[in-house]
Amino acid sequence: MSDVVEKTLTALPGLLSLDSQTGAGKLSSSTKLGNLIRSITELTSKHEEEKLIQRELAAIKEQVSSPNTTMRQMREAMVRSVYCEMLGYEADCSYIHAIKLAQQGTGLDKRVGYLAVSLFLNENHELLLLLVNTVLKDLQSTNLIEVCMALTVVSQMFPKDMIPAILPLVEDKLTHPKEMVRRKAVLALYKFSLVAPTQVQHIHRRFRKALCDKDPGVMAASLHIYLQMIKESPEGYRDLAGSFVTILRQVVGGKLPVEFNYHSVPAPWLQIQLLRILALLGKDDQSTSELMYDVLDESLRRAEINHNITYAILFECVKAIYTIHPRADLLEKAAKCIGNFVLSPKINLKYLGLKALTYVVQQDANLALQHQMTIIECLDHSDLIIKRETLELLFRITNTQNVRVIVEKMLGFLRGCQDDYTIIDLLAKVAELAEKYAPDNHWFIETMNCVLSLGGTLMPPDIPSNFLRLLAEGSDSEEDDRQLRMFAVNSYVSLLNTNPTNLPQQYLQVISWVLGEYSHLIDDLSASLVIDLLVRLLDQPGLTSDTRSWVLSAVAKLSAGGSGAVGSEGPGPVQRVAQQHSSSLDTQLRQQALELQLLSQDPELHARVLPRGASWAGLEVDSSLSFLDGFVSEALAKGAAPYKPPHQRQEELRQEKALSLEPYGLSLPLSLSSCSIADRHSPTLLSISSGLSGHSTELSHRAGSGSLRLDGVRRVWGKDGYLAQREGPEEPSVPQETSIPAPPLSPQEGGALSPPSAEPSKEERDKQQLASSLFQGLSSHNSTCLMGKPEAPASQRFRKKHTTLGSTSSSSGSSHSGRDPSNHFLYSALSEESPASPLMLTQSSRAPPIRTETNGTHTQEEMPVPPAANGVAEVDDPEAPPSVMTANELPAPGVARWSSLMGGMEVVPLCPQTPPPIDSAQSSGEEDVTPEPHRELRDCPLTSDPIPPELRDLPRSEVTPLSSDQRLCVSCCRVQREEALVLLLLLSGASGPALLDVSLELQCHPLKVASLRGNAVERLPAQGVSVCWYTLLMEEPHTHVMVSGSVTYREEAGHTHTLDISTKLSLADFLRPLPLSTEEYGRLWLSISQDVKQNLQLLHPDTDPLHSSLTLLRDKLHLHIVDIIGSEGILACQLLKGAVCLLHCRVHGGALAVWLRSAVAGLPDCLLYHCQRVLHEH
Amino acid sequence: MSQWVFIEAALYYGFDVSARICRPPLAIQTTIMIKFFLMVNKQGQTRLSKYYENVDISKRAALEADVVKGCLSRRKDECSFVEYKDYKLVYRQYAALYIVVGITDTENELSIYELVHNFVEVLDKYFSRVSELDLFLYPEAQIMFNLDKVHIILDEMILNGHVVETNKSRILAPLLVLDKMVES
Repeated sequence: MSDVVEKTLTALPGLLSLDSQTGAGKLSSSTKLGNLIRSITELTSKHEEEKLIQRELAAIKEQVSSPNTTMRQMREAMVRSVYCEMLGYEADCSYIHAIKLAQQGTGLDKRVGYLAVSLFLNENHELLLLLVNTVLKDLQSTNLIEVCMALTVVSQMFPKDMIPAILPLVEDKLTHPKEMVRRKAVLALYKFSLVAPTQVQHIHRRFRKALCDKDPGVMAASLHIYLQMIKESPEGYRDLAGSFVTILRQVVGGKLPVEFNYHSVPAPWLQIQLLRILALLGKDDQSTSELMYDVLDESLRRAEINHNITYAILFECVKAIYTIHPRADLLEKAAKCIGNFVLSPKINLKYLGLKALTYVVQQDANLALQHQMTIIECLDHSDLIIKRETLELLFRITNTQNVRVIVEKMLGFLRGCQDDYTIIDLLAKVAELAEKYAPDNHWFIETMNCVLSLGGTLMPPDIPSNFLRLLAEGSDSEEDDRQLRMFAVNSYVSLLNTNPTNLPQQYLQVISWVLGEYSHLIDDLSASLVIDLLVRLLDQPGLTSDTRSWVLSAVAKLSAGGSGAVGSEGPGPVQRVAQQHSSSLDTQLRQQALELQLLSQDPELHARVLPRGASWAGLEVDSSLSFLDGFVSEALAKGAAPYKPPHQRQEELRQEKALSLEPYGLSLPLSLSSCSIADRHSPTLLSISSGLSGHSTELSHRAGSGSLRLDGVRRVWGKDGYLAQREGPEEPSVPQETSIPAPPLSPQEGGALSPPSAEPSKEERDKQQLASSLFQGLSSHNSTCLMGKPEAPASQRFRKKHTTLGSTSSSSGSSHSGRDPSNHFLYSALSEESPASPLMLTQSSRAPPIRTETNGTHTQEEMPVPPAANGVAEVDDPEAPPSVMTANELPAPGVARWSSLMGGMEVVPLCPQTPPPIDSAQSSGEEDVTPEPHRELRDCPLTSDPIPPELRDLPRSEVTPLSSDQRLCVSCCRVQREEALVLLLLLSGASGPALLDVSLELQCHPLKVASLRGNAVERLPAQGVSVCWYTLLMEEPHTHVMVSGSVTYREEAGHTHTLDISTKLSLADFLRPLPLSTEEYGRLWLSISQDVKQNLQLLHPDTDPLHSSLTLLRDKLHLHIVDIIGSEGILACQLLKGAVCLLHCRVHGGALAVWLRSAVAGLPDCLLYHCQRVLHEH
Repeated sequence: MSQWVFIEAALYYGFDVSARICRPPLAIQTTIMIKFFLMVNKQGQTRLSKYYENVDISKRAALEADVVKGCLSRRKDECSFVEYKDYKLVYRQYAALYIVVGITDTENELSIYELVHNFVEVLDKYFSRVSELDLFLYPEAQIMFNLDKVHIILDEMILNGHVVETNKSRILAPLLVLDKMVES
């Protein structure tokens, strides 16, 4: 081959100069295109190329804009433009002419016009609109070729909004006599179904017709649509499995015309497509799978020709066999087939064999054993790709016995690897394996050190944070923990003793944290020695300020034992470091330096703030950030933009951004799933430092409300077995605050949400059975089976077991565990129940004065000593690894700064000094609102019940004062109508003179105002009350919506006044219970896909935490409890009359594992936020 | 106000987006498709490029250079599939010309490898009718002089990143009609 290559190379320039003698000569070099091609082949430098292309582009521009250019010349110019673009130079002057050529040209000219359009423009380009008319015209043309051209371009790109304009025409083409037209029409519809699925829903029936088309080409085209649709919901198409099997059998049996063959294999790509469809259909469905056993067997048998394409089919066949419901003899044959692949001398087949092995090894680990020798050979293969694929395979079969060897191999590969993407991937895998299977502590630390030092700047941040989490959490065995920590400390001390340079920043951060935290465990290691080592680190060049901050934290922790104290040895290294950084430009570092200075001089303070070796477990997280509410409403009042959750922002961004400039996969993760993760977790990450509430306070709180909660527990099982769903009227669980007889929401709701069901007992029993079978699967298979996806085998524990945490982390799934472990970590902190430590008590008792002093506008200068110490405590104390982890997850200064800021302004809701929240039934939204002048507003003169009589029977909130001055008081009440939220704004005049021209205006965006009345009153008499109705709809889910506006009125004297009002509406105001039966729930569950899972805190009353938690959720968030069986419960709700959200809750390892699903993105996230908040606040 | 903005920024930029971006969620990878189709010569010069996903023109050159580097450096006895970022490259050499196809991880590499050959056979079938120049000997010249035709053929075979036609006579049918129209 290589001599041929040489020949071509040398022949090329000669060929080009041969002119019209040769076949290529039709476009001889005397033409402009020929010239361009010749010049391009003769290029020697980038600079020349640029000059050439610029010249060419200028020539093209001149030519295309000349009126005398013929269509043929125009076509040639387009090809030249395509060349220019191909070399990376934009030929935008030609774009419009390409469209013109498609419009005005005929035959090849027209085709090239269309071709140029498809190469130049992307789907969102605005010029594409100009093509619509041309396409319309061509679709109606009598010339078949023109129809085909139009259909081709339509299936490549077409403005989404214009699809309805051509859809009927394209649909018509489905019955065209020519197969080519029918085929292209099907492909165009496939394109439409991808970009605008709703618009082609009505023609699904016709797709079936296409599938049965007598022409194999049309049928093959329709398979693209089916593959897509089946991928989305296999259930809906199981009835077609028989048809697909028949088609495949015919294809395999050689029933197609010979022209479909490729190297005597009948329509191989069609076979592959069919096998993919069958695999999807047969997955988790035994009866459908049974239909296809025979044809799969036949496919295996028929593929005897020794050609690559038969192997490609075999590979797909093997995949299908291992995907569908298993059958022994087929599996055996497939395994043999994989064996042939792996053992093949052909490298491409070997690769495919490894890939197949990787795919099947989780089901059939023996297969890997059979081929172990080959695998080991492949591991040392000279081809990196083979090596890499083998590592992938090994990763899947790792266990405690082989972990050492496999990790060693992976690290070896990592050392020689250049590709960033592979490095990141492998680092995560090694870390995962080390955590899961580490045989001993020593090895674990060594391996992690390797990972950390190899990772460099590419290190995914969750790896170090996971590692530290593991160290911090500890395991069941205290001795083990000590050992592990000591190993770590020893290894870092000896590492630092060698004066290493160029250690990755993240590694240094880990080292400093570990040394700061655990070096006291080793008796003969003096703190001053460690401090010396750390201080030496600070002198290293290239240390980022993040890392500096970590090192300073560590020094602060260590500086207690006299080493830093003034007086014993004079200003030691600690003082020197503090001095050095106290003038740092980085405010974070400066603050830390100041804190360090104070702490190192005051051992008592140090002991209080940074107690040594305290457990972190009692840390409470105020995940709802309630302590920020005052701050937020203040900011909003000042005109700040309301917060939008990331997914909403993303959505808006995406709408704004016309072009995606990112290449390929890297831009994809910005899509919903990652955003939803972000959305859920960010509040928690921010708020770690808040709400440090002691257990004892919680206990007292709990005891106080314990009786109430028992009332809410619904009895499902009675003496006589399962009780029909009904709700006993509950005690109004809340002391009422205002004079208005506003009954709490729960009783009415309870009545409303469960329709009186007097079904016969048989039906009830069936229901039970179905439910229990539904849930049985759940509990035995770790809940994923509802989705139809088999969970990766054996939810292997992290190396360290935790009674409470193990369950939390297992939900991350083995395939991508460690992706967002910090979240689990944080949430586990939420659900943790543990005795209060002395630190927390001191903290919470200290908190109130700080809060009142600084209240949200806390700055460096006014920060007195306690808050400073508080700040340190947030970041550095051993109680709070979360904040350290968090700092690791992201730019550390930001978080640390925030945590210390928040330390200053936190509102500790449960601390003993402040009375616990009185109004426990108040819905969460309301608590947010409570504005500053709360107390004085309480005595707003609302004498009689101002709620309009037609609304009195509906569930509603209490009347809350919003704003007032001497003459007017505005309060609000939220009435939950089934289809909308009615926001009543009550304007009540004071005892003075009447007010004139009272008008009220509210900004409700993004809510929709369905109706509005009473917003303008000509005269409001003294002590009179006027009611303004806002009927609001929430169309897109939002956790909160800030509604703000103003009331203006005129005094009789003539002065005009304005009163600003604002209130926060919560998602809960818009949720309505959705009465469903268990069966309906089950069906619905499977049909919707946006889901979110999280472990939440469980209430801990004396009995039945599940019932009480669910009842609380029901009452607060207006959910409907569909069923509770054993340790699981299902709930359903609806966003007004719109989107449905289903919840599945399970008590799991002391936490409430909640799984939410909805058809609407964002709703599960928003609801989860509220669930979490409700449970946590309680 | 400014503090509020800072929370926003911290929440938005600091926490969520940056760290976990690099690995796409599994669901997205399940689409089986061809991402691009390239023809490059031994010197790494692009002779044909067709993208089935939006890639900005300014980023194409860098991507192509990367891709070419990944494939051209490989030895004959090495596997024809290369990992590149989160997807795979399948390449095949004809004389001095390389055809490189970028595919998702879920696509069947070997079937694409053969698709490339099918494509070349279609080109050969076409050019043996219209030109005396042997495609297998001088693929580069043929393709350069007939860039538009090659694109038209490719459009018949691959649409939106999916293999839509592999039957040689059907692939060529529209183009042959067009040629006839030009002649008459």
